[in-house]
Amino acid sequence: MSKVIDQLAVPRWCRRLLGPAVVVAFWALASEAGWLDPQTLASPTTVFSTGVDLVGDGRLPEALWVSVQRVLWGLLFGITAGTVLAVVSGLFRLGEDVIDSSVQFLRTLPVFALIPLFILWFGIGEEVKIILIAVAVSFPVYINTFSAIRGVDEKLVEAAQTFGLGRAALVRNVVLPGALPGFLVGLRFSLVIAWLVLVVAETINATKGMGYLMNEARAFGQTDVLVVALVTFGVLGILSDAFVRLLERNLLSWRRSFSGT
Amino acid sequence: MASQLQRDVKIANGRAPAVHPHPVPLRHDPGRPDHAGREPGRPAVSARGVTRDFDGRVVLDGLDVDIAAGEFVALLGRSGSGKTTLLRALGGLDQGVVGDIDVPDALAVVFQEPRLLPWKRVAANVVLGLPRGAGTDFKGADALAEVGLADHARAWPITLSGGEAQRVALARALVREPELLLLDEPFGALDALTRIKVHTLVRRLVARHGPAVLLVTHDVDEAVLLADRVLVLTEGHISLDVPLGPLEDRSRRSPRFAELRSILLAELGVFEDDDAPPI
Repeated sequence: MSKVIDQLAVPRWCRRLLGPAVVVAFWALASEAGWLDPQTLASPTTVFSTGVDLVGDGRLPEALWVSVQRVLWGLLFGITAGTVLAVVSGLFRLGEDVIDSSVQFLRTLPVFALIPLFILWFGIGEEVKIILIAVAVSFPVYINTFSAIRGVDEKLVEAAQTFGLGRAALVRNVVLPGALPGFLVGLRFSLVIAWLVLVVAETINATKGMGYLMNEARAFGQTDVLVVALVTFGVLGILSDAFVRLLERNLLSWRRSFSGT
Repeated sequence: MASQLQRDVKIANGRAPAVHPHPVPLRHDPGRPDHAGREPGRPAVSARGVTRDFDGRVVLDGLDVDIAAGEFVALLGRSGSGKTTLLRALGGLDQGVVGDIDVPDALAVVFQEPRLLPWKRVAANVVLGLPRGAGTDFKGADALAEVGLADHARAWPITLSGGEAQRVALARALVREPELLLLDEPFGALDALTRIKVHTLVRRLVARHGPAVLLVTHDVDEAVLLADRVLVLTEGHISLDVPLGPLEDRSRRSPRFAELRSILLAELGVFEDDDAPPI
């Protein structure tokens, strides 16, 4: 079968779309045939026209923009904090003793369990949403960056030392570039987590944003709006992932990795 | 075996290491001016009472070693005899070593693996740690040209073959104009053909730059073909110290090569039997 497809010279991206296309086709069929109650799941055509309406009247772009801002601020603070902590505890034994055990403990807490406390501390405004995202995304960045710093090949460090590199030059030329792949893995996780936490964070007294849009839709039983929101998240996920891949391709061009057969 | 050679060979009895008492003639052209800062006749390496144990297991036991400026010394020993430990001690890579070790500041190490930074292009690897200046890039380019890799300057290390990577490591060491070059079995992982080529290259480069060299190897042929003097390390001591004489007498085809080879192999506890059936 794969031979046949190869011979037909179907582009790779076409082949990758085959699975989702089949799913959508079944969904459309089930809706048209009446097997699927719109209260359970709206039909693809309804979802499409609702999507067009939501974009047209500005509700979706507005909600998206509010949410994107929250996510970007959260990512900015979270990634910065995770990276700084990882570098400090990765480079210094004292830093590790002070930071690592605390972070390792905190990361075992379910992040949403912090919501009540955070509401008491930070109120129910923008801050709590951004802080919740920042806290959640800092862990994967910290953990992956820290272990990547500690995983830098001791032999390379030693060789660089014999060539007279001081501590700062060693960190800049050997340790940080060596830890970069691990940092990017952490970044990838953190982008996924940011959207995950956003949806929950926006149930805290939000009057705007994607989470609010979905809550409202649930209250009115608008499954079409819910699906539009889900598709939007899907697109955002793909875009985030593509962004990290682009970063990897540019920053890690020195690596030649296995890309499948 | 009672030949001229026997008189040159000093076998240490007991715990006293035999150090060749006479200055060994330098291989490089005496007409050539010496390298910057080097005082002729001053030893490049002078180490006394070098001792190192790992959890009570003594690897180096009060060992003495001298290397004259510009001298090429090969260090042989069975595996686990502490050859690399001695090299690391001289290179300042071992904090646990005890003894009086005097080595030049300008030293460079080539390890068994090339140890190139994979995220830096070949040229950047070569000039790593050199003070940045107007001439740095040219120096790096020259060093790469010397090892025949001028056209690989922009390549990533991962794209190089084993031999090419090791030549880059050699360029990276020599670009610093070291007074002491420490080679830790740098050809061990290369295939036989590549190794022969790299041997020729190393001889040419060492003759041109004139550093003192300590080559750690388990390959007796390599030691005889490259060095001015061969040391054998046994049970924490230099048990044999053999000056090899003029390089020209030591081609693989010469009788002296075979003679040196069997003496060194015997010291290492290996006896070749030509009549032995092939395994």
